[in-house]
Amino acid sequence: MFKVTVIIKRRPSILDPQGKAVEKGAAHLGLTNIKDTRIGKFIEFTVDTKDKNTAEKEVKDYCNKLLSNPIMEDYEFTLSEGTPSEEEVA
Amino acid sequence: MSLKFGVVVFPGSNCDHDAYYALKKILHTDVTFLWHKDKDLQNSDIIILPGGFSYGDYLRCGAIARFSPIMNSVIEFANKGGLVIGICNGFQVLLEAGLLPGVLLKNKSLQFVCKDIYISTENRNTIFTKDLEPNRFLKVPIAHGEGNYFADEDTLKSLEDNNQIVFKYSSPEGEISEAFNPNGSVLNIAGISNKKGNVLGMMPHPERSTDPVLQKTDGSIIFKSIINNFLN
Repeated sequence: MFKVTVIIKRRPSILDPQGKAVEKGAAHLGLTNIKDTRIGKFIEFTVDTKDKNTAEKEVKDYCNKLLSNPIMEDYEFTLSEGTPSEEEVA
Repeated sequence: MSLKFGVVVFPGSNCDHDAYYALKKILHTDVTFLWHKDKDLQNSDIIILPGGFSYGDYLRCGAIARFSPIMNSVIEFANKGGLVIGICNGFQVLLEAGLLPGVLLKNKSLQFVCKDIYISTENRNTIFTKDLEPNRFLKVPIAHGEGNYFADEDTLKSLEDNNQIVFKYSSPEGEISEAFNPNGSVLNIAGISNKKGNVLGMMPHPERSTDPVLQKTDGSIIFKSIINNFLN
């Protein structure tokens, strides 16, 4: 079993109107030093296999074909052996 | 010879009945619903991927619908030259499926925009647009939060070189400028086709502009063009 976390970011060349809007909220809070806010996605899941290569291949397929759209997004992931702790599941 | 439309129903589609109604009751054509879990296109001549919020728009609009069992049949049908129209969410599904190039981003304004707009027909050499008169700008509604068309420069050049830009947002008189761009789409793009011209994706809703009772019928010109040119 592998525990996986994926971070999906908009590619730098793609405008992020959501990030810009949120940043306006920061300005309203008086946080005048906040710049370059960009909003992405954080996804976690497990892969039920003992073989790391198989796990990595499935994660990459999942990221490339479904979780991210390569035209507008980049992804990175971490893969670690073991099941999520009870605390994390809760 | 008669012509049969197939309207795909995904969980979360909400313009499937609008399309069915427009085709059946206003345009008097044969039309059937196609359930997303089925694979059989039921001998449809033209497939419509309707508007709505397939799979709740989770992950990205159209990203999950693209893997519905019916989509394998739709992709195969399109690759053989079959006619496919994606409207609004259906356009998003076509982009995710790779049948059309580019992506639709969140509207520049961040607002969901629901209003009547005008479109200029940029390519009259498709079955969808052959009967559209030059200098006739169609009034059709839009209703979307993510209709901001984007593609990289190479893709845009290829779209222009191959005459794949079918509709652009315009003024009622046909002026194409930022003032008449409701969502930030690059080059005011409202609809594009694939290279072969048999797959059309568009954000505006022609099916919502067919019934005279709603005081606007320009959308039916597009459907009539398809029906006339398919049968001839």
